[in-house]
Amino acid sequence: MLKAKNKLGLVFFPAFDWAISPSHPEREERLLYTLDQVHEEGIADIEGIKFYNPLLADDKDIERVHFCVPDVPSVVTQSHRVSAGGAIAAARAVLEGKVTKAFAVVRPPGHHAHRVVYGDRGFCIINIEAIMLEHIRSTFGPKRVAIVDTDCHHGDGTQDIYWNDKDTLFISIHQDGRTLYPGTGFPDEMGGPGAFGYTVNIPLPPHTGEEGFLYVIENLVLPIIKDYNPDLIVNSAGQDNHYTDPITNMNFTAQGYARLTDRLNPDIAVLEGGYSIEGALPYVNLGIILALAGLDYSHVKEPDYDPEKIKQPNWINDYIKRLCEELYQRWLRKDDAARKMFEGKDFVQRKKRIYYDTIGIMENQEEIIKVCKSCSGYIVIKSKCDLGYSILAITIPRDACPRCIDEAHKTYESADQGDYSGIYLQDRANDEFNIKK
Amino acid sequence: MIIGLDVGGTNIDAVLLKGKSVIEVAKVPYDPSAILEGICEAVDKLTRDIDPGEVKRVNLSTTISTNAVLEGRTSPVGMILESGPGLEASFLACGEENVFLDGYIDHRGQEVAPFSENLVHEASRRFKRRGILAAGIVTKFSVRNPSHELKAKNLLGGDFNPVTMGHALSGKLNFPRRVFSTYLNSAVYDRFNSFAKAIKRAFEERGIKAPVNVLKADGGTMSLAKAVSFPVYTILSGPSASVMGCWILSNFSKDAVILDIGGTTTDISFLAGGVPLLEPQGINIGKYPTLVRAIFSYSIALGGDSAVRVEEGRLIIGPRREGPPAALGGSRPTPTDALIVKGQLDFGNKKRAYLAIKELGQAIGMEPEDVANLILEKMGNMIKEEVEGLLMELNSRPVYTIQELLYGEKIKPQKAILIGGPAKALSSVISQKLKIPCEVPDNYQVANAIGAALSRITAEVTLIADTAQGFMTVPELGVRKRIDRSFTPEEARREAIKLLKERAVFLGALPEDIETEIIEESCFNMVRGFYTVGKNIRVKAQVKPGLISLGEEKVEKDVESKE
Ligand SMILES: [Zn+2]
Ligand SMILES: [Zn+2]
Repeated sequence: MLKAKNKLGLVFFPAFDWAISPSHPEREERLLYTLDQVHEEGIADIEGIKFYNPLLADDKDIERVHFCVPDVPSVVTQSHRVSAGGAIAAARAVLEGKVTKAFAVVRPPGHHAHRVVYGDRGFCIINIEAIMLEHIRSTFGPKRVAIVDTDCHHGDGTQDIYWNDKDTLFISIHQDGRTLYPGTGFPDEMGGPGAFGYTVNIPLPPHTGEEGFLYVIENLVLPIIKDYNPDLIVNSAGQDNHYTDPITNMNFTAQGYARLTDRLNPDIAVLEGGYSIEGALPYVNLGIILALAGLDYSHVKEPDYDPEKIKQPNWINDYIKRLCEELYQRWLRKDDAARKMFEGKDFVQRKKRIYYDTIGIMENQEEIIKVCKSCSGYIVIKSKCDLGYSILAITIPRDACPRCIDEAHKTYESADQGDYSGIYLQDRANDEFNIKK
Repeated sequence: MIIGLDVGGTNIDAVLLKGKSVIEVAKVPYDPSAILEGICEAVDKLTRDIDPGEVKRVNLSTTISTNAVLEGRTSPVGMILESGPGLEASFLACGEENVFLDGYIDHRGQEVAPFSENLVHEASRRFKRRGILAAGIVTKFSVRNPSHELKAKNLLGGDFNPVTMGHALSGKLNFPRRVFSTYLNSAVYDRFNSFAKAIKRAFEERGIKAPVNVLKADGGTMSLAKAVSFPVYTILSGPSASVMGCWILSNFSKDAVILDIGGTTTDISFLAGGVPLLEPQGINIGKYPTLVRAIFSYSIALGGDSAVRVEEGRLIIGPRREGPPAALGGSRPTPTDALIVKGQLDFGNKKRAYLAIKELGQAIGMEPEDVANLILEKMGNMIKEEVEGLLMELNSRPVYTIQELLYGEKIKPQKAILIGGPAKALSSVISQKLKIPCEVPDNYQVANAIGAALSRITAEVTLIADTAQGFMTVPELGVRKRIDRSFTPEEARREAIKLLKERAVFLGALPEDIETEIIEESCFNMVRGFYTVGKNIRVKAQVKPGLISLGEEKVEKDVESKE
């Protein structure tokens, strides 16, 4: 019988009774053939691989990460709590020492969900990795974590949430935002004053294949992670870089994903996108599972796999090589750059327009981050959207200094309820959440 | 009248029933190398005072196939496997010869690539060269499309017997388990076949013309004639005989835990909603995980004869048996001795039991009566911990819908049903530990034989309809046929029930025993691009496990009286 080299926990939850709408990519059928493949391969019988059911993310888990408007119960459905709870169950299995690695194959995904949430965008409502991670931190203590997002779309939500948190290194590898939703994720998006350079965006040209992805992992991602030396590596394991994916333009493969997983060696992987439900997902997920378990994945290939057909064009090799060099230089010089940008400033302001494609609304946001020498600084967000909400939201980071805590609380208390539909305070230093309506 | 026989590890338990009442009981020690002789002796004892012609049915649970596997007395098997992309498959080479085909069928049952026929001819040559007669053919996803298995069997020709095909054994997905189940089925075929022939002859000699059924591990039966093709189903049917017996005798319709406390082991099973709980995938046979449907049964090394000793001032029970209880001349005290000291069992040499327990007590400074209590207390705790651990695991089996995750039923036993030698004596301590009432059914000493006697023929079928492809597959029957694009879930249900009934009759069921139910059902819209291209419908139907209908004897008697 087979035995896994690494003890692996699997949360496999296909949510066969939930869809955004009957013909939406995020529908009941999405993981049907993948589960068939996992069952037929007899994965559950491999010694050292154990299946877990999802937990349920509660309001507190969600409020550690998000400002849901008007509140959590109004925007978050049970299916999203289960999906985030699936990621939590996977992470807990690792942190409690039951397994050495875990993979949450759950839906719906979460990496497009920003800190402020009005509803569904990019098939996501709440950010399942961030909710998992903050649950872990509040249960098992502080952790330095690297999140590597290998979904084809820019992980803009995760970037937004960890923009100013240098205990969370966020690396996103994705199809160039000039050619794909959500249109962000360029190298100059590098983080706020408290964590400048800890957001690393790696936009790749359409048709990048195995060679390109593995080059990026080997020559950029792994060196950065080595420098950063995290306690945990989390992989947002979206699978829409696959050559058969219907909504993207990349040339990646099941073998490529398995090798990427093998090299990256994450502690926890969480499924994100991936909508080639027959041609890709059964094989990509199998490849990732075997790679995580330390088993032979060399026979995992799509039935129509043809390396010649999906070879990336030559110019992409050169392009990616140059990109990796440039980005690694940025990583090395991030502290100098931060000093030049933020020295002498009290606050840094960003204006954002965030489009909710699934529900068709536009949000206008102004984010003000306190520049503080003693901590990463509190954040004040003013946000309005087409639904008629206008909110003030204040975040106190986990590492906040007493002065920042004090200033943030004063801002919350003195804000006039007449000016906003809701005033929110997320105090991560004291693990509290308050709303004035 | 019905005869029920359960061939156990050391004894054959047998009952003669009229309706549900026990007319005669026999317990016959036997030599495992002479199972047939043992069975005949038991049958002769039961039928001493009746006309053997009055026996209307014989149901038996036998260890013949189990022993063949556990003792390695099986036939060599040539395996033909097709694994396609996925796990590296060399670990599946369980036959004496193994040939891998180069084709592939995918998860939807679509042929991705045909296999080269030469490989099957090559396999045939290799098997023959080594004198292998038994063959097994298993292809990945054959339960979605059995055509490669069927084609390979055709190519193999008539030179091999048996040729077991994976899809015929189970409708479940799990290629490795399908491979091992298929291998075992072919490997025990010969032994079971000669046993079946011998039984048939022996019963005929005795004037018993009744149909003979054999018990399966899932608590159902099948006719002896059909069992010859599926001997793998008869492996490890022993625990299911006991569970079916408990179920029948207790007639409990809610959740319960069933404890069969023997000399060296205690077997733990459950009723869920009044029905015996099954293994989720299938039973493990020796080192092989299989797809053989089986009643869930977990064995712990703790029984009435487990040796009790003191280690570093602490009482330890088991895990080994080191001879019989002290009361019967053994060298070590046992829980049975403790029960004798407490006056709850009455046999053997009580003084020896007392002295053995007293000696234990001296090692830890306790009075014999207190030691006896402590032993039982400890035994109760050990059983409680195991039961709770199993429940925790069973109640966290993976689910796939939000509905099941949030509102799914959990097993919560409201009663313990106890059988086995020390069952009566232990019932109060078990009840106290598990905090639920405890029942020791009447006739509990022969619950296993009663279970075998009254179990009915069961069957299941799996139907997968893919209306986008326009195909319907029922693997257990080797069916793959065209369907209309408008095929509906209702039609799928109807079709499944119809095929299930045919299957049950084929396996020997009487029409009045075929109580069918749909046990799993799902229907997925298949969308490609922005269009719905079809439905993926999955239905599983089974003959409810249960009691044979006891009306037949009455009916036949009415007929007789008219003559
Ligand atoms: Zn994506
Ligand atoms: Zn501060």
